[in-house]
Amino acid sequence: MLSEAAVNEIKEIRKRYVTARSCIMPCLYVIQREYGYITEDGMREIAKILDINPILVFEVSTFYTMYNKKPVGKYHVQVCTNISCSILDGEHILDVISKKLGIKAKETTPDKKFTLSTVECLGSCGTAPMMQINDKYYENLNDAKVEEILNSLR
Amino acid sequence: MFEPVILKNINVADSHKLSTYLGSGGYQGLKKALDMTPDALIQMVKDSGLRGRGGAGFSTGLKWSFIPKDATLQKYLCCNADEGEPGTFKDRAIMEYDPHQLIEGMAIASYAIGADTSYIYIRGEFALAADRLEDAIKEAYQKKYLGKNILGSNFNHDMYVHRGAGAYICGEETALLESIEGRRALPRIKPPFPAHVGLFGKPTVINNVETLACIPHIVNRGASWFASIGPAKSPGPKLYGISGSVNKPGLYELPMGTPLREIIYTHAGGIKDGKKLKAVIPGGVSAPMLTEKDLDTPMDFDSLAAKGTMLGSGAVIVIDDSMCIVKAALITHEFFHHESCGKCTPCREGLDWLVKVMRRIEHGQGKEGDIELLEKLCVDIFGRTFCPLGDGAVMALRGAFNNFREEFDFHIKNKRCMVNGNR
Repeated sequence: MLSEAAVNEIKEIRKRYVTARSCIMPCLYVIQREYGYITEDGMREIAKILDINPILVFEVSTFYTMYNKKPVGKYHVQVCTNISCSILDGEHILDVISKKLGIKAKETTPDKKFTLSTVECLGSCGTAPMMQINDKYYENLNDAKVEEILNSLR
Repeated sequence: MFEPVILKNINVADSHKLSTYLGSGGYQGLKKALDMTPDALIQMVKDSGLRGRGGAGFSTGLKWSFIPKDATLQKYLCCNADEGEPGTFKDRAIMEYDPHQLIEGMAIASYAIGADTSYIYIRGEFALAADRLEDAIKEAYQKKYLGKNILGSNFNHDMYVHRGAGAYICGEETALLESIEGRRALPRIKPPFPAHVGLFGKPTVINNVETLACIPHIVNRGASWFASIGPAKSPGPKLYGISGSVNKPGLYELPMGTPLREIIYTHAGGIKDGKKLKAVIPGGVSAPMLTEKDLDTPMDFDSLAAKGTMLGSGAVIVIDDSMCIVKAALITHEFFHHESCGKCTPCREGLDWLVKVMRRIEHGQGKEGDIELLEKLCVDIFGRTFCPLGDGAVMALRGAFNNFREEFDFHIKNKRCMVNGNR
């Protein structure tokens, strides 16, 4: 069940739009924050509060990549491998992280602490190579910096 | 001497706060605008010559003038802050370091078109920028720059941040509208254009962040000041984001039309590690690449179009001679393939096929006839989709073929890379 705070947040979101359907994207973020990922029950709860058909919520959740359809680790490490990062050895940074964590991209460490992903451009090209961990950007990366950042999260 | 205006506060402490913005003359443009008629304001933006900074380069004043004048009609302004074109990071800087500049520009634009509500559609990954915008909007409400009877006028305006969730297609204006309406971001066919049937079926203007950030300066300094900067047909200050193999990558505000050579060698410090320049993508990955011979091209809409490429977002990606162009093209097309929304068959199926062929070429398994197959796929995709995503992919690949065809041929014939010898 969603917390009272989450339900109130959804009601506040509803005031921003003329249609209930427009609230789906912001409400999916509320679900993700509450449950850690997008659960089917959570989507049904959104639909009920917004008084819309649950299928409308399901079809949105599957289109957008930032809604996690399954649990991710406490720290979601996302490494950019697009062109500007690639020119400055973004793939090498990915390798360093992969070796350090002992997992490949799309995997989660057995202790559920880290999930590693590759992502398309994150809009940080002037400070490449870069990675995002949860909401925070880490830029101008090199081997030592990556080591230090990951150690600080251990 | 050119004086930066959009980035003038970027290195000032607490540049994102209202007190800093007010200290540098912030919200004076809104005050002036509210003393003008909406028509006069639209004419001023037309006279300035401002062309949209999102990529298409359409006249901003003209776009505003398409909105019906009927005061009883609900109208909307949407800010396109879904900055997702690889190489591009200019709008993020405005939102993180000077969000009030955008809010002021949006309030003025909304007054000009008669919109009482606006949405900032920001890409989901920009969490810090979204937080700073939310805080700045709260500050603006407290000081009556937003809300009811703004600065004592009859103008009412509410502004909201709407976070995307990881889909490049949302940068396409009709897909952006679908996304705000709570749907999968599939582009709409045009016409009708958003100026007549936009958000929730109402007349809507969609402008890029950098475009809207120019507005307070145009109102404050006048249309002729803006028009006097850079080329007559696409004037004004421009943010150029330089990335890749240069000594000083970053964001530079320069007059529109600054030559590529000056941007790369004077401002961005030249090529990194003493390497040689091989190719430049001038406006984000959709823009066909250029080479050394094109470096004296002025970076503006028309000069780049004449070279068969485009200014796009002004995102300059510099590739040095240690990079394989086949690999660079594959990275680019993996992106387009991943981000195709799937609505149009030529884009959905065509990009999938194109990437499969490019992967095998890159990995030393290319076959005779693969280049011809890729060229045929380009013909089958280009111009056959609702939005320009497929076109962008095709233009990028054709740019690589036009300049570096021999690298693709070498990969297929020798089953290895011409540049680094890798299989």
